[in-house]
Amino acid sequence: MTSNTPIDELPRPANVSRRGFVGGLSAGILGAMATEASADSLADIPDRGPGADLSSHSERSRFAKIDRIPEATPGKRNIDPSDAINSKTPHQKLVGNITPTDLHYERSHSGVPDIDPAQHRLLIHGMVGKPLVFSVDDLKRMPSITRVVFIECTGNGWENWKKADPDLTVQNTHGLVSTNEWTGVPLKFLIDLVAKDKDSNWMLAEGGDGAGVDRSIPLTDEILNEAFVAYGQNGEPLRPAHGFPMRLLMPGFEGNLNIKWLRRLKFGNAPWMTRWETARYTQLLANGKARQFQLRMDTNSVITQPSGMMQIQPGYNRISGFAWSGHGKIAKVEISTDGAKTWTQAQLSLPVLSKAQSRFQMDWVWDGKPTKIVSRSTDEQGNVQPDRESFIAAMGTNALFHYNAQQTWSIDEAGRVRNVLA
Amino acid sequence: MSSHNKQLAAGLLAIALIASPAFAFDFGRPATPEEIRLWDIDVGPDGKGLPAGSGTAVQGKQIFADNCAVCHGDSGQGAIKDRLVGGQGSLASSMPVKTVGSFWPYATTLFDYIHRAMPYPTPGSLSTDETYAVTAYILSLNGIVSADGKVDKDSLPKIKMPNRDGFVPDPDFDPAKLFHNK
Repeated sequence: MTSNTPIDELPRPANVSRRGFVGGLSAGILGAMATEASADSLADIPDRGPGADLSSHSERSRFAKIDRIPEATPGKRNIDPSDAINSKTPHQKLVGNITPTDLHYERSHSGVPDIDPAQHRLLIHGMVGKPLVFSVDDLKRMPSITRVVFIECTGNGWENWKKADPDLTVQNTHGLVSTNEWTGVPLKFLIDLVAKDKDSNWMLAEGGDGAGVDRSIPLTDEILNEAFVAYGQNGEPLRPAHGFPMRLLMPGFEGNLNIKWLRRLKFGNAPWMTRWETARYTQLLANGKARQFQLRMDTNSVITQPSGMMQIQPGYNRISGFAWSGHGKIAKVEISTDGAKTWTQAQLSLPVLSKAQSRFQMDWVWDGKPTKIVSRSTDEQGNVQPDRESFIAAMGTNALFHYNAQQTWSIDEAGRVRNVLA
Repeated sequence: MSSHNKQLAAGLLAIALIASPAFAFDFGRPATPEEIRLWDIDVGPDGKGLPAGSGTAVQGKQIFADNCAVCHGDSGQGAIKDRLVGGQGSLASSMPVKTVGSFWPYATTLFDYIHRAMPYPTPGSLSTDETYAVTAYILSLNGIVSADGKVDKDSLPKIKMPNRDGFVPDPDFDPAKLFHNK
């Protein structure tokens, strides 16, 4: 389409008045204008009319372009999906605290198995009085709990260990945490059913995926009180990518402990030292030793608006993001708009839930001068999200997992927002 | 007892079970020892769970070439997936290389992982002896067992991996202390 085509000869979409169409067209010809400009007078709003037929389930608007990104290890981006090891949540396009089910981040170690629930069983055995086998229907008949919790891959944030690629979005840097509402059976209830030996204080949880991912889980009071076997996700059965038909839920702990496609729980009295808890999910420190059983996800936060690769205008800007902690509730979030020199407490959206993403926001008037914005969270146990310098001083740059340093975004004189280390 | 009477007795038993009041928490069914054995594949660092059988590095070389080399390379490195060999002495450098030889603390974990998860397209397809053989071959590539070495359920837990002492437990979840104050 070119600008010298007579307007009346152009095909016109249904339900769009000639006037609205012309308005939209001129915005298109001008090119750089934002979508809203195509309806800057109420007279330009398209006429109302009958819409699409009702359907068996609703899709996202065709105007809402919103997708995860399959990625590999740090620095490996824009890859073929068959090479992906995770798929990241587009936090820059989300609001509120609940991640849409289809956009919850995904990390799998041997693809997504296609499991018929009628042919799935959960075996619970080991140091128990009564080893039992459960079907999915057995679980659904049991007393259940429903809880909103975050799950976070220990690799979240891993792009920034050694350097900050300026072209990263918050989806690239922090897309491996999501919050959903999960429904299932308390672990404690299952433990009572099988009559666990009181001397058993470790549990092996194993998945039904090709890798048979398995982790040893210490049966602390906190875990006994909070862990559950989930079959529901945001009100519906788990999605296959997230463990259909059942998965372990470990509020506040490493994502990979939340074993998906759960098919076996075995009780013992020492960790099994599986590949995942020795060779994989351990953190190499600067001295060459690796920290093992760092199971809890630490206090964290990130600004999502504005964030990497956005561009802002001088004047009023609302800063928004989310905070989370595996220790419990977020107590406060502070924001600095001058590169961590001074801090202002942000407003938290209520209610703040334990071990769930908590949305924060703050008004800000940008004076148009280059600066850096950064958030830091504090949880109810007094844990403060560390600045990058002290975090790296403690962990080195080889750990690969458990990165929870403060995320800084730089803003240049043109308002361009970019990923920086600090 | 005739077969007819057997059926009758079974029928009466079933009726008795149905007629009895259900327990409040009567879920699932007992797991039989035979079916537990099918799934009970985990191997502990003390060797608990290792099956009878054995394999040599010499045998493992061909099995590795046939089943593993396409992803891991003929000599356990240089291909598209995880490097299995070398890297010893690199862990404190700016470019650490984590392999079976440089990083894995237990040889038992190697058997467990190959048995449960490898080869990637057909996990569990290697026999017990083949799994021991591939384990021996990968260990031999790292100089941990000799080129004609053999491993089995008794020898594997006794192997001290080079990085056995390379791990520091998180103080909050240290297995040596976690449940010892109660």
